[in-house]
Amino acid sequence: MSDIAAPAPAEVDQDRRGFLTIATTVTGVIGVAFAAVPFIESWNPSERARAAGAPVEVDISKIEPGQMITVVYRKKPMYIVHRTPEMVASLAGHDNRLKDPQSKDSIQPAYAKNDTRALRQDFLVVEGTCTHLGCLPKARFEKALPELGADWPGGFQCPCHGSRFDLAGRVFDGSPASTNLRIPVYSYPNDHTLIIGVDATTTATGAA
Amino acid sequence: MATSDDTLPVRTGFLAWLNKRLPVDAFIRDQLTGYFAPKNFNFWYFFGVLSLVALVIQLVTGIFLTMHYKVGDTTAFDSVQYIMREVPYGWLLRYMHSTGASAFFIVVYLHMFRAFLYGSYKAPRELLWLFGMMVYLALMAEAFMGYVLPWGNMSFWGAQVIVNLFGTIPVIGPGLVEWIRGDYGIADATLNRFFSLHVVAVPLVLLLLVALHLVALRQNGSNNPDGIEIKEKKGPDGRPLDGIPFHPYYTLKDLVGVGVFLVGFAIVVFFVPTFGGLFLEAPNYEPANPLSTPDEITPVWYFTPYYAILRAVPDQRMGALLMALSIVCFIVLPWLDRSPVKSSRYRPLTWKLALAIFVVSFIGLGYLGLQKPEGVYVVLARLFTVLYFAFFVLMPFYTRGESTSRVPGRVTFSSH
Amino acid sequence: MQVRPMRACLTGMGLLLAACALAGAAAAAEPAAEGGEGAVVNWQAWKAGNDVAYIPSLQRGAANFVNYCSGCHSLKYVRWSRLGTDLQIPDKVLREQLLPADAKATDYIVASFPKADAENWFGKQPPDLSLEASLRGVDWIYRFLKGFYVDPTRPTGTNNLALEGAAMPAVLSSLEGVKAAVFADSAAGTTGKVVKHFETVSPGRLTPAEYDTFVRDTVNFLDYVSDQSQVERRSIGLWVVLFLLVFTAFAWLLKKEYWKDVH
Repeated sequence: MSDIAAPAPAEVDQDRRGFLTIATTVTGVIGVAFAAVPFIESWNPSERARAAGAPVEVDISKIEPGQMITVVYRKKPMYIVHRTPEMVASLAGHDNRLKDPQSKDSIQPAYAKNDTRALRQDFLVVEGTCTHLGCLPKARFEKALPELGADWPGGFQCPCHGSRFDLAGRVFDGSPASTNLRIPVYSYPNDHTLIIGVDATTTATGAA
Repeated sequence: MATSDDTLPVRTGFLAWLNKRLPVDAFIRDQLTGYFAPKNFNFWYFFGVLSLVALVIQLVTGIFLTMHYKVGDTTAFDSVQYIMREVPYGWLLRYMHSTGASAFFIVVYLHMFRAFLYGSYKAPRELLWLFGMMVYLALMAEAFMGYVLPWGNMSFWGAQVIVNLFGTIPVIGPGLVEWIRGDYGIADATLNRFFSLHVVAVPLVLLLLVALHLVALRQNGSNNPDGIEIKEKKGPDGRPLDGIPFHPYYTLKDLVGVGVFLVGFAIVVFFVPTFGGLFLEAPNYEPANPLSTPDEITPVWYFTPYYAILRAVPDQRMGALLMALSIVCFIVLPWLDRSPVKSSRYRPLTWKLALAIFVVSFIGLGYLGLQKPEGVYVVLARLFTVLYFAFFVLMPFYTRGESTSRVPGRVTFSSH
Repeated sequence: MQVRPMRACLTGMGLLLAACALAGAAAAAEPAAEGGEGAVVNWQAWKAGNDVAYIPSLQRGAANFVNYCSGCHSLKYVRWSRLGTDLQIPDKVLREQLLPADAKATDYIVASFPKADAENWFGKQPPDLSLEASLRGVDWIYRFLKGFYVDPTRPTGTNNLALEGAAMPAVLSSLEGVKAAVFADSAAGTTGKVVKHFETVSPGRLTPAEYDTFVRDTVNFLDYVSDQSQVERRSIGLWVVLFLLVFTAFAWLLKKEYWKDVH
């Protein structure tokens, strides 16, 4: 017989064994959880990624009316369109053809949840990725283009699966996409500068 | 044909489904609750499981470091700084990996020394010892290549010196060196292939060898400080009289050992990660420069005993040969030791003295390998080299017919 | 106060060359100050004694570096914004007092001296100092910054106790002053030379104690730069070790309890 003299059941302090087992196990599990933190954290964007993701300043005084430029912010294309008064006017009158005319289901900052989806009417700042599967929509600013129909008010069309958006990035019925183009946070520190990535609300209420 | 195994618990539901498809309960019985290890394990028996812990630490931290490291002679050094400064907790990953490497060797050397103390390499465990030696060799290759990856100046020059050693092999030497390097000097090609070997190939080899090492251990069971085969004395229930189930007794005891190890490990990682320049060498804090050799080229501390032997011999070829032989000595150890008795406890003063001299020589050589080879250091290095080899070469003579004490029938044990 | 580093550098060198001319005359005329027969300056034992957790010293050191070192020496692995965070420098102060005019806060710290010219002027590229404290040690840098002495045989007019034949001129001489070293013997190789004492050739703007603080602060800053996470590392480490001790204590009690079974 093995030399472990199995002590009589009364001699084994099961309570103490149970308590110590639980205490050690709990401490161990907590330890493992803490030990996992640095590994999981190491996947977060590094300082290099965050620096590259810093807000982008754009000199909008160089953009001609009716012209669009593209800048990259946090690895995504941002369309900046200098809208003419006609382009702004074209935004009215086709709400019944839009899936989300009030932008209720779409992503934009509070100050872009209006008729023109912008802080300033004359500039549309929108993320140039189709809300369907991420392709870059192409600019189709001219009205009534033959391939888009006589009632085309001007806007964007995605080459991948045909989603259409107006000049405020709002998605038309019949498009595979279901929400309007996303609007990033942005602000105008002065008349001729746009910063994508700095929220207008914080700059308005925070320190200058 | 279903056989009911009385020794396995009766399961229902998911556990029954699982055990019909994977021998989970059988494994637990065979390797843990039903595997009997000698009850007289002492301090020296912690280092096997600690080696496993070190291996896991290196694998996990290594995997995460590889996510940020950029191999290449123009990017590697910078990417290490990126990890240290810009990756969240990157500094912790890096220090754990560098400390882990040294911890691995400390633990492995103590683990090997246990075999010397208790004759664990003797029959029937020679193959266990050989697999262990292969793990040791793979580990040295892994550590050497790992040290090159940061592409610091010591990384570069250490690689230069060690790879050049292969040039001393007659006939094929120079061609071999160029083949290993993939270029006319240590270069980007060398770094890239070392990266692949260090991250993929050698870890796979290590895992395979460790598995074989554990299977060979399981075959005969562990030795113990008294050198007695516990399976020779079984009780009426078929269990070794001096054995205790691995689980819970050694799982719990090893847990304490792991805890103590982690305390020491954490103290180094968080408070002295460079360990005075022994774990992270100062010259490696500048990028590799083929045109500027550091004042002293020394390998990391765990290689220094062999480096001291290399330098002790005035001739480069002979030095390299002797260095290689010094490692071969370990390999043939089971066949050099002629004592009928395993444990030092029952062996005479001659053996204990020889072992003590060997330990002093090994540590002495290690220290000397870190110093400049001048003055009295040269004499001492040669002396210790002679003693080192004498331990092995003369062993068949001083161990055959040594007067051993009577080995007890049962293990010596006191409650703890 | 922002001193343009390049100007400081050139002014320093100019002053030095002038001082050397004076030194030659002065040393010949003036008897060496006696410090006692066996008195020796044990410069090899000088220690930086800096506290890398002491933020005010680090802030001063950062300012020192920007004003006196960043003309030639880059810290190419360090971002300005990270300096601001770690050294608790408010954004405004960082931009106004430390950040070069054309730099973004997230830029790395580069030297203003054009690389090609540096090789021409000094014979070698002024090294990047991001890892200098790890490479040489803080004590070595401390000795280096306090170890310049007049040496007419050198193109820069000075030599350095810690680094024989240093290509770097004594750019801090406007602060430290210019000094000559009186050696006990004429054996070659500065690091082995025994310095009997120093002689002030011309005083600097700072007193010896002030200069000492200046050097310590700068070395402290370089210590931080070479291992930016060290303060966080030590504070986390304390908790980790304490936690592991608690865990090991529980494990040990559990082991003892079960091992009562074993006789």
